[in-house]
Amino acid sequence: MTSGMGKFDRLRSLSGAIVLAAACLSLLPSTAPAQEKILRAVMHADVRTLDPYWTTQTIAGIHGMLIYDTLFGVDDDLVPQPQMVGAYDISPDKLTYTMTLRDGQKFHDGSPVTTKDVVASLKRWGARDPAGQRLLQFTDKLEIVDEKTFRIVLKEPYGQVLATLGKTSTSVPIIMREKEALVDPNTQIQEAIGSGPYKFARELWVPGSKTVYLKNKDYIPRSEPAQTFAGGKIPGVDRIELIWISDPQTAMQALINGEIDYLEAPSVDFVPMLEQSRNVKVMRTGKLDSTFGLIRLNHLHPPFNDIKARQAMYRLINQEDFLRTVVGNPAFYRVCHGLIMCGSPLENQGGSAMLKEYNPKKALEMLKEAGYKGEPITVLHATDHVTINPSTQVLIQAMREAGLNVDVQAMDWGSVVQRRAKKEPPAQGGWNIFVTTSSGISGSNPIIHTWLGAACDRGLFGWPCDPEVEQLRSKWGFAQTDAERLKIATDLQTRAIEQVVYVPYGQWAQPIAYRSDRLSGVLGVSGLAVLWNITKK
Amino acid sequence: MFAYVVGRLFATIPVMAVVAVFVFFLLRIAPGDPAAIIAGDDATSQDIENIRAKLGLDRPMLEQFVTWCWRLFQGDLGISIFSNLPVSQLIMQRLEPTLALTLSTLLVAVVLAVPMGVIAAWKARKWADRVVMGFAVMGFAVPVFLAGYILIYVFSIKLGWLPVQGYRPIGDGLWPFIERLILPSVALGTTYCALIARITRASMLEVLSQDYIRTAESKGLATTRVLLVHALKNSAVPIVTVIGIGIALLISGVVITETVFNIPGLGRLTVDAVLKRDYPIVQGLILVFAAAKVLVNLMIDISYAFLDPRIRY
Repeated sequence: MTSGMGKFDRLRSLSGAIVLAAACLSLLPSTAPAQEKILRAVMHADVRTLDPYWTTQTIAGIHGMLIYDTLFGVDDDLVPQPQMVGAYDISPDKLTYTMTLRDGQKFHDGSPVTTKDVVASLKRWGARDPAGQRLLQFTDKLEIVDEKTFRIVLKEPYGQVLATLGKTSTSVPIIMREKEALVDPNTQIQEAIGSGPYKFARELWVPGSKTVYLKNKDYIPRSEPAQTFAGGKIPGVDRIELIWISDPQTAMQALINGEIDYLEAPSVDFVPMLEQSRNVKVMRTGKLDSTFGLIRLNHLHPPFNDIKARQAMYRLINQEDFLRTVVGNPAFYRVCHGLIMCGSPLENQGGSAMLKEYNPKKALEMLKEAGYKGEPITVLHATDHVTINPSTQVLIQAMREAGLNVDVQAMDWGSVVQRRAKKEPPAQGGWNIFVTTSSGISGSNPIIHTWLGAACDRGLFGWPCDPEVEQLRSKWGFAQTDAERLKIATDLQTRAIEQVVYVPYGQWAQPIAYRSDRLSGVLGVSGLAVLWNITKK
Repeated sequence: MFAYVVGRLFATIPVMAVVAVFVFFLLRIAPGDPAAIIAGDDATSQDIENIRAKLGLDRPMLEQFVTWCWRLFQGDLGISIFSNLPVSQLIMQRLEPTLALTLSTLLVAVVLAVPMGVIAAWKARKWADRVVMGFAVMGFAVPVFLAGYILIYVFSIKLGWLPVQGYRPIGDGLWPFIERLILPSVALGTTYCALIARITRASMLEVLSQDYIRTAESKGLATTRVLLVHALKNSAVPIVTVIGIGIALLISGVVITETVFNIPGLGRLTVDAVLKRDYPIVQGLILVFAAAKVLVNLMIDISYAFLDPRIRY
């Protein structure tokens, strides 16, 4: 005789309880009400950091532009236009910029945006961003006139004030509350409270998976039509979900299947499939190509401490080989024999002849003349990067075919960024070459284009050192007319190519793809993705 | 038995301590620097050094280790370098999807594999056996990611029956929860199912040749009773062992499956943290995985005593 329930009875009761619990849970309300218009967008990376000044990651900039606002924003021709600023005045001697904030601007906590917030934000940003550092270097004082008006008083008439305030690649000069802006620039801020068109929903944030933004109903957009980062920023949907899908194939299939609405950076391999899919539109981003590729040589160690050896590397590069491998479709790439972006207002032919001579035999001869005797050349190869991996493979092949002794150091991108900072000789953990990419927007402005610099120890990895390049960059900043800017940019490019600050391997436009049956108002913008103004059926 | 369980639980402490030491120092020895990743392309060497100092990564390794251990004793797994959120919170956010995927995979695998193995043994060297063993070979041979892409193409893109990707908590509804787990569970469960089916078949074949099975058959017992009560119960120890070993395989398998099906679980958290060199997350996760593995092994050992009365601790 058994007492109480038998084994199978207990099992049946347990399964009943599980089903009942599951059914009850299924009745709980969903976290996203069905009537809400939700834009589900898959970006190139996941939002991990809430502080847009703390890191230069592009995704941090996209996050920043959604929840914060900027004093100026560039239009389709990359001309800075006022955004948070209502009216501004430049003194005749071009030393004093007086700016007044628009009426009615409020942070998401309800507090008004004041000039205290603006000045503190600019100081924090200027401590981290190279373009900001340069602006502050030429600034005598940042003066608060009243709650809505402030002045930037310069030491010299620096011509890049508005362009720097309207900078829209990484490290965008967004305006945060004074409370956060006073935090040490090397420490992440804890709060993400801006005055932009969307509010950050911290309680719905799952780092590595999903970041949610809710419409800021109090946002007062400008009345001008939207153009790139200028004009009215209208929060067109109730909620934006930035979903992180790390697998490019899954992301593409999710768009085709209608599970997401917007794919910021589809793999170029999948673009033909997306173009053939119903209700999916593939769009070019902006007039300017989004990205350029560059090969950085280490100027500190042989063989590339010799200018002739550096110039030899130009003869190894056939840009078509790189671009066909990395991008594939000629509609999206462009050969560019310059260091300033082709297609930008400053595109020029200064020094470009040197980049056009593809001749591997001559390259080897020049390297030998520079004293190269077949020593290993250490190339850092980031094998996990969708663009840098194939580019580096093409480079390695070109070097080997030319007869160079290549020492390939394969690693992930995280290891490359650590090792490239090492100044030791290659045999002691240093390096000779690494490949990277940068944004088209920054590549079109000599001040923001940090890879163009040659500031020796204070400069970027590879440490090119040429006072003339640096003088020309500064001089460009003080130019007052377009003609003068173009002339200096040509001289600068000529000198930088001669010194081989880097070896370019072409430029391309990263397309975006979206559901054309649901979305309207999508802007193709070079640089950071623009998600405001998008409406959904 | 109680003393055995308590003893085993105490024995996990030195195991976890060794894991902690290895994890901490291996991560620090491995190349990569979170400060360089944070600083980005425009940063100078000085900028990177400033960030390293703020993160405390410039301090002696031993000092960092002692600080970490002290926090660990207080139940604090640390703060993520990038998201600035507590590691325990990040792990808890990701635990549910991984548990759901692991359990549903286990369910799919065990429910399919055990009957398949039993049938294959019962019909040894006949066509049913060959079909099962053919499936087992194929299950081993097809990589998880390939199986995933094929399933997505057929059932999501072509037939439109199931979603391509994502995870919905059970609170969003039972069907949304289940429909997003079907394809990942099948993709991940195929290999696992093949393994269990093979072991079940081998174990059953051995038992079916025993004298007591012949006796049971000659008593006139129904075939189902002989197979399930007499044979399967006595074959259970190796099957349960393999299921336990398989849980370790699942932990590595979920990394790929979570990536292909975009499930925000612990596997993806691990890969992302490793690539970003987010040390506190990697350390926390490896400790959690190690603890899970130790506990699973303990549960399997305990289950032996229930399955085979001759085993006593």
